[in-house]
Amino acid sequence: MATYYVLIYLSLILLLLPSALGISNGNVEGYSINGKVRFPGFSATGFGLPAKISNVKVILNGGQKVTFLRPDGYFSFHNVPAGTHLIEVAAIGYFFSPVRVDVSARNPGKVQAALTENRRVLTELVLEPLREEQYYEIREPFSPMSLLKSPMGLMIGFMAIVMFLMPKLVDAEELKRAQEEMGNQGVPSIANFLAGAQRTN
Amino acid sequence: MGCRCSSSYLEGPVQNTSLQNEGRRALMGCLLAAAAGIFFCEAATAVSTSRRAVHYVAKWKGITFMTSRQGLGVGGGTPYGFDVGDSERGTVLKGLDLGVEGMRVGGQRLLIVPPELAYGNKGVQEIPPNATIELDVELLAIKQNPFGHQQYIGKVKHAVFHTQKAARKRVVVSTEENVVASLDLRHGEICGYCHIFADVITLSSGGSVLRAWNLPDGQMVWESTLLGSKASKPLLLIPTNLKVNRDNVLFVYGNGFIHAVATIDGEVIWKKELASEGVDVQQLIYPDGSDTLYAVGLLGLSQFDVYQLDVKSGELLRHYNMLFPAGFSGDLSFVSDDTAVAMDSTGTALVAMHFQDGQISFHQTDVSQLIQDFSGGAVILPSKIAGSFILKLDSSVVFIKVRNDGKLEVVGRLGHADAVSDALSLSDGQQAFSLIQHGDGKIILTVKLSNDWTSNVIEETTQMDHQRGLVHKVFINSYVRTDRSNGFRALIVMEDHSLLLLQQGEIVWTREDGLASIMDVKASELPVEKDGVSVAKVEHNLFEWLKGHLLKLKGTLMIATPDDVAAIQKMRLQSSEKSKMTRDRNGFRKLLIVLTRAGKLFALHTGDGRIVWSLLLNTLRKSETCENPRGISLHQWQDPHHHALDENPSVLVVGRCGHTSDSAGVLSIVDTYTGEERNHMGSVHSIAHIIPLPFSDSMEQRLHLLVDANGHAHLYPRSAEALGIFQRELGNIYWYSAETDKNILRGHGVRKNCVLEVSDEFCFDTRDLWSIVFPSESEKIAATATRSLNEVVHTQAKVTADQEVMYKFISKNLLFLATVAPKAVGPIGSVTPDESSLVVYVIDTVTGRILHRMTHHGSQGPVQAVFSENWVVYHYFNLRAHRYEMSVIEIYDQARADNKEILKLVLGTHNLTSPITAYSRPEVFTKSQSYFFTHSVKTMAVTSTAKGITSKQVLLGTIGDQVLALDKRFLDPRRTINPTPAEKEEGIIPLTDSLPIIPQSYATHALKVEGLRGIATVPSKLESTTLVFAYGVDLFFTHLAPSRTYDSLTEDFSYALLLLTIVALVAAIFVTWVWSEKKDLQEKWR
Repeated sequence: MATYYVLIYLSLILLLLPSALGISNGNVEGYSINGKVRFPGFSATGFGLPAKISNVKVILNGGQKVTFLRPDGYFSFHNVPAGTHLIEVAAIGYFFSPVRVDVSARNPGKVQAALTENRRVLTELVLEPLREEQYYEIREPFSPMSLLKSPMGLMIGFMAIVMFLMPKLVDAEELKRAQEEMGNQGVPSIANFLAGAQRTN
Repeated sequence: MGCRCSSSYLEGPVQNTSLQNEGRRALMGCLLAAAAGIFFCEAATAVSTSRRAVHYVAKWKGITFMTSRQGLGVGGGTPYGFDVGDSERGTVLKGLDLGVEGMRVGGQRLLIVPPELAYGNKGVQEIPPNATIELDVELLAIKQNPFGHQQYIGKVKHAVFHTQKAARKRVVVSTEENVVASLDLRHGEICGYCHIFADVITLSSGGSVLRAWNLPDGQMVWESTLLGSKASKPLLLIPTNLKVNRDNVLFVYGNGFIHAVATIDGEVIWKKELASEGVDVQQLIYPDGSDTLYAVGLLGLSQFDVYQLDVKSGELLRHYNMLFPAGFSGDLSFVSDDTAVAMDSTGTALVAMHFQDGQISFHQTDVSQLIQDFSGGAVILPSKIAGSFILKLDSSVVFIKVRNDGKLEVVGRLGHADAVSDALSLSDGQQAFSLIQHGDGKIILTVKLSNDWTSNVIEETTQMDHQRGLVHKVFINSYVRTDRSNGFRALIVMEDHSLLLLQQGEIVWTREDGLASIMDVKASELPVEKDGVSVAKVEHNLFEWLKGHLLKLKGTLMIATPDDVAAIQKMRLQSSEKSKMTRDRNGFRKLLIVLTRAGKLFALHTGDGRIVWSLLLNTLRKSETCENPRGISLHQWQDPHHHALDENPSVLVVGRCGHTSDSAGVLSIVDTYTGEERNHMGSVHSIAHIIPLPFSDSMEQRLHLLVDANGHAHLYPRSAEALGIFQRELGNIYWYSAETDKNILRGHGVRKNCVLEVSDEFCFDTRDLWSIVFPSESEKIAATATRSLNEVVHTQAKVTADQEVMYKFISKNLLFLATVAPKAVGPIGSVTPDESSLVVYVIDTVTGRILHRMTHHGSQGPVQAVFSENWVVYHYFNLRAHRYEMSVIEIYDQARADNKEILKLVLGTHNLTSPITAYSRPEVFTKSQSYFFTHSVKTMAVTSTAKGITSKQVLLGTIGDQVLALDKRFLDPRRTINPTPAEKEEGIIPLTDSLPIIPQSYATHALKVEGLRGIATVPSKLESTTLVFAYGVDLFFTHLAPSRTYDSLTEDFSYALLLLTIVALVAAIFVTWVWSEKKDLQEKWR
């Protein structure tokens, strides 16, 4: 356990030092926004655990402040001036609606929040994804229909129609008459044509 | 590419021996992976960084609780897809992720997953805690991403080793890109990965945010905001064993307050204001085992202050100070719990300060007393060595010991040192530190003990690549060797921001973390394939070729070890078409030339993302003439495609020596095939604008005009031929400049040669042609956008459903400009809708005419915009609806629309190419429409194809670091709520108030491009396909086909089926032939 905490300290040293560069503007008394992000427990479509909350970012006003979730899913922004703000949640695999949060000077502590996507008013700042996002298209399983629909399938199908259906469509007697005429004129059939081709060689 | 711990998780105990036994439902000999606790059945082949699709049946005690096989479809149910390494991100069960490692497509495995790799000790829904579950998995498909996703971290600022008592030795680093990462010491791979924004810490209205993270997975444990009123340098002190109310405590000084924070939950135990008197606290000191905390600082630059506080309550016990009339310069350097050292204000004397029990004493020593040949210019190096400090002189470093009476004593001197590490406490109570010295093409690492300055514990020489530059930082860590002596490993940060681990004189691993800070990207073609062309060292030598074939033979003979299998896989990938160093027919293989902030150029191969060459530009290195060099941009310098084909293409790198636009500029020209610098010019005139001209000389060198801060334009290349071309076109060259601080947009032209002391025929005077002054009380320039120079437009007209022809107004000289009300420049929430407005302009940059102006009331920035063909798309925030909005403006040519000569157009006699001059007053009409968009956008780009026929997609880099490809059809101003059937036929989508976000249209899929900053698109030769490169801290590359791949066959096109069909058709012909022959014969017999 001791080493575990030592680790935390180590990482803390790292964390704080970047801020040495920063200049903070003082004397602005702000308010705090506290909220929670809740994920649906078991996902119905996938085999996942609830999204690991260490990879979730909560973003205030398009990047003005960014925070992360605590293990219990809570987050907070401090020193936020009064006004209307926008909170976005970035989590891979989930679609969150941005939330409009009103921080008023008159009644601090009271949350006035609404989802901007569907204008649903939130009574408490608990953010839930609107839907899960499937980033991959599902490959269609093999089916005989897809084989038929492919260009080759269409070619074979067309050929079959020409071979077997076309002669049936033509009236038998008419065909006979036509063949007789053709016989008289000596119009080459495929066979004749091929034979003729051989002869010319 | 696979740089997460999950892939190396299985190393060691897992040995796959039954390699070739594959087949559905064929459960071969089960292998026991003792450490991971997974039972492997069946084996072999699946590379990391790929996406897998599986069918699974999950069982607990024989009861199926979840399966993908249930549902519609022939195969039953929807297969489950995930990326390798998803378990690190927590989106998939670890047991599943690890369990499919090494599986082949079609293979099947029964995984017995222990609870720690499944649902853990909490259980989920019907699964009880600590349940061992069974997974029956069938691997359906593996999909590889060609270049994929590369993770970098940036230049390391601090590093802390974590090697004791840890199973996996790690180093935790924080970087200039605000990343905190934990690296595996053995391979340098990223284990935990999280992104910290410095501005969160600093911008939070005078408070510092203190956060604690859990190491293995980067989970934030607690967060604590420390409020205060005054800005100051933050300090942190972590006593090793101090408990207040049974909690471990750490002390933080920031914003004028000192806070005691409980380490377990981040709760503030007490806080005390110290800054009321204006003291700049520089150090917190807690002597071990006492009850007093010391806060030491300076007031002004001459008063030394010490506060003593009670550690338990924060009560101020004592405050005493002493004036040092001569004044200090620089910060205090602490050598022990009660002694500090500083330079005096003249920089010639050292002052040792001793403070104890309310007494302060100063002891001043002239540097010249200590060092005979001292000639000014000494700096105290921060080193944290007990009882001593290091003084850096011009040509040497001196180790100085501080005695108890405040006297200084020189104990050692060294020629020069380029980097010194902090002191490291060893187990036997000694302190060690290391020095790095540069030699000729090598670096020398020496480790010394603090009580013995003359001898070295270790001196190691390592060969170093010249392209890495100097050593900037060094961090050391010790380990105990088998003979119980101390060994040292050193983590060094180089000038090009790369990170190396040295151990026993060898480089264990390197990371090219300079790639985390890309400034600019240009794509370059690869050489044409012909014999004898070899670029860099990609061709294998004979030995390697033989070794490769031997490995393959081993593979077929089933005697390959898992390592061999991995090697074979890698080789196959290498020898496959996509990583070749020549052009391919589709134009997918290219080199991406990237310029990093460290001033290094890299060439990345788009096939597999490897670095082909890298070059640290000397012009962009810090030198006496160039104090703060900084690369600005890359330009295509020479791009041979017609003649001069035997010339290699090259890029122009433009940089500056300082931060302002009037500092001297530097130029280099780099060959993109070999990575050699062909030419460089240091410290030329200043560079304010770079204007690539649409002309090139006989060597296919592009003409560039570089405008300096004094308004002179300089022509490059400096050749007589270029000058001739330029002088011919002198009257046709225009450009604009947007002066954001003055709120002016100016148009410029070239006049004549400039008059200088030294005559320079390549220098020209410029003249102002026009200017637009925006009213500063109501408007402030927020964003500009222009068309990309090499964009190709295929169709100039658009035929609508009702047979109308609309002519696109296409001009290279269009500028989109957005202004916001000065009040609304701040973040969202700082302004009310009534106070804010956004005005957008479309301006012709030759004449300065405003073609279109539109006001969005109640809107504010940040504005992101992209200009392509005849349309602009821009993203902003609508305060009234409190949602982000995107608008489109399309510009059409009125003059040509009146000219209804469609017949002529059809017959091809319509002269669309007749010269159009920008001076003729263009009559344009615009169409525009706005839509809501859910996310914030960090950057925007548009797809570009070879001939501009394919429809466009707008690429949006969202705040969640993903890249969304949005079809331009959604941003068509002609969308109506109820389109007529004719319009529907034309492809107009019914109007909706917000733009749809379809998860499948994310170009990055389930990946994140951490810290996304820019997106570059490059056309391929295949008209349907665009190459997309997104960069931030991570890099991401992919192919996009906005209208699907209509000009090539899909990946799963079956040639076998085609062959079969042809055979069947031929057979059918013969059958019919035979039949007709027979029939003919029968006819004749009749």
